[in-house]
Amino acid sequence: MKSAQQLDQEAKSLLAGLPETLSAKDRLAIPVCPMPSQDAHARCRNMQEVALGYSEDQAVLEAKRCLNCKNKPCVALCPVSIDIPRFVQLVAERKFRQALEVIQESSLLPSICGRVCPQENQCQKNCTVGKSHKSIDQAVAIGRIERFVADWARENNVSVEVRIAPATGKKVAVVGSGPASIAAAADLRKAGHDVYMFEALHKTGGVLVYGIPEFRLPKKLVETEIRKLEDMGVHIETNYLVGRTRTIDELMKEDGFDAIFIGTGAGLPKFMNIPGENYVGVFSANEYLTRSNLMKAYDEKAAQTPIYHARRVAVFGGGNVAMDAARTALRLGAENVTVIYRRTREEMPARREEVEHAHEEGVEFLMLSQPVAVRGDEKGRVCAVTVRRCELGESDESGRRKPVEIAGSDYDLPFDCVIVAIGNASNPLIKMTTPEIEVNRRGNFIVNEETCETSIPGVYAGGDIVLGAATVILAMGQGRKAARAMNEYLKGK
Amino acid sequence: MNKILYKRQLSAEVFEMTVEAPLIAHERKAGQFVVLQLGDDFNERIPLTIADADDEKGTITLIFQAVGEGTHRLARLNEGDCIANLLGPLGRPTDVHKYGRVVVVGGGIGIAPSYPIAQAMKACGNEVRVVMGARNRDLLIFEDRMRSIDENVIIVTDDGSAGIKGLVTGPLEELCQTWKPNCVVAIGPAVMMKFCALTTKKYGVHTLVSLNTIMIDGTGMCGGCRVVVDGQMKFVCVEGPEFDGHLVDWDNLMQRQQTFREFEQNRHHKCHIDMQIEEGRA
Repeated sequence: MKSAQQLDQEAKSLLAGLPETLSAKDRLAIPVCPMPSQDAHARCRNMQEVALGYSEDQAVLEAKRCLNCKNKPCVALCPVSIDIPRFVQLVAERKFRQALEVIQESSLLPSICGRVCPQENQCQKNCTVGKSHKSIDQAVAIGRIERFVADWARENNVSVEVRIAPATGKKVAVVGSGPASIAAAADLRKAGHDVYMFEALHKTGGVLVYGIPEFRLPKKLVETEIRKLEDMGVHIETNYLVGRTRTIDELMKEDGFDAIFIGTGAGLPKFMNIPGENYVGVFSANEYLTRSNLMKAYDEKAAQTPIYHARRVAVFGGGNVAMDAARTALRLGAENVTVIYRRTREEMPARREEVEHAHEEGVEFLMLSQPVAVRGDEKGRVCAVTVRRCELGESDESGRRKPVEIAGSDYDLPFDCVIVAIGNASNPLIKMTTPEIEVNRRGNFIVNEETCETSIPGVYAGGDIVLGAATVILAMGQGRKAARAMNEYLKGK
Repeated sequence: MNKILYKRQLSAEVFEMTVEAPLIAHERKAGQFVVLQLGDDFNERIPLTIADADDEKGTITLIFQAVGEGTHRLARLNEGDCIANLLGPLGRPTDVHKYGRVVVVGGGIGIAPSYPIAQAMKACGNEVRVVMGARNRDLLIFEDRMRSIDENVIIVTDDGSAGIKGLVTGPLEELCQTWKPNCVVAIGPAVMMKFCALTTKKYGVHTLVSLNTIMIDGTGMCGGCRVVVDGQMKFVCVEGPEFDGHLVDWDNLMQRQQTFREFEQNRHHKCHIDMQIEEGRA
């Protein structure tokens, strides 16, 4: 693997060799700039960020690959419709501040989205450059350029001033402080409302802080983004659990809120419902990651919150959270970490980049395997997992081939820790205390698709509480959509 | 920020604090708890039951035993200091209604959370008897408050240094036979609650227990607090902390409480020594 310096040198010499004005053919001839990253052997034992980010010349070179095509397939697939070709052109011209301004017209969180968005399924999916090369890997690396712009701005203390409309006298509550709520709070505040953000935990950021590990998303970045909200005048109240500290009804009727946005996410961990799941050493991915990320248990000298030490860790599931949990377990010193998934690597919902990173770091993959029981020793501690082999059958409604268990194929594998990462359901707390909110059978809030309004007038919802476990950027998209509708609603009040 | 208005040491390791928390004081009901965290990145989140509250003054009372690093740090705060993070009220309130005759059993530090329940049970018209137990006289707390609810409160200690020598299950069994309660509320160490539940089961008396499990967020997110009740997985933080004591899988609960025992013992030892050094005792 090439070092960051080597990659930067390569970009410099390629840039120097480019003609003054570039034809489409010239642009298509520029190779994709690889992302510099920490060496796999070193990084699997530290918590520092894996991907190091483009240098200035790498970003400029990569931006020059964009054809600025007419149909802009990238914008169409961006959940918050960032004017991608425009900011990419500005990066190509080294006008980074203007590039930031363009991004921030649509997104408040470029440093985060540049890192955790699944660009291969969004902006980069139908990129004309990728199509011309007949490979999605050859698409313009929009996410990496976006990240560069955000990091450049932070490192150079450049910020775009946000214009706040004159005060409307309306008071709005935003419940939760994850991506959906951050996006909604920003747009509501810009419209001149008095915005109060309520977070249950002692730190803001939601899943960005408790869920996504430091090595994928440094927590300093999240703090910086939240500070932007505070600078805009959003009031942030931590340690405030809506549904318990105050109910939705009390906020509306007693505390004088004119509208409420609920962005409380999908915070209730699912379990497999197999025997032995309550043995000591079985954790939800939420618990395992929260201990490490929010409570900093990886820093064993300083942190008071313990984390379970295990030599052989099994992770159930195949999504991004499963990859995060597996890679965290490695970093905490596990000798062997195995991801157990019932389909094959092709069907895994995790981003390919995450799977590759995990694989490089030494995570093992046991595919076509369904855990059917967890075994415990006489003290009730995990000692093995019973696995049943599967084969792929017919395609299901999601288009993926369905795993079919093979009878009589069970066998035991020794493990001393199990992390269950098979997804989250929505938290029932608000529903419990506000029964008139309509939810579907999964517990997700039912909202008007155009406005994100719930069954209670003036109460809106977005993000994973509506979508089920989805992505950061989709949640942000919903937050913005809801804020637009709320701003309209409040005009009429 | 939640200012500590009053602090008192109740016994060698047990402390009482009254803390400013107007919203929690207003909303809380008997049986609910808070989670606190002492600021910065590294302090742990500590669940504590609300022992008392004053809506007018906007305060809540917390009782805790300095057993881990977090509670030791909490014990070192003084009146005028602030608890950086205090979340609540959490959990479902106790199912308080008119049962008729209610026995409230509190064991050790569990006496504190059983007090507001005894209070609420009495306030809605129940006849209430109180049994409170501890290892020894020094660890008995809330005796006066409990006596205000039941002037014939039954006191039990392991070593006989106060009240009857023995376990709370002794007087509980006697009450079940002679007084025939309609409901028993037992709060204390898991093993105590387990045997209280086994005792009342013989007499078919409905029994509520308040579970104190490992917990991080207290809002339903981590699942660390899960217990098996009637064969079903339940989260103590949102579906509890109170459950039907006859339906709890006690052995699994007690095993799960031991998950981080080694870590906690090491830290407890270290904190204890630090505290003694500070106080000039070592």
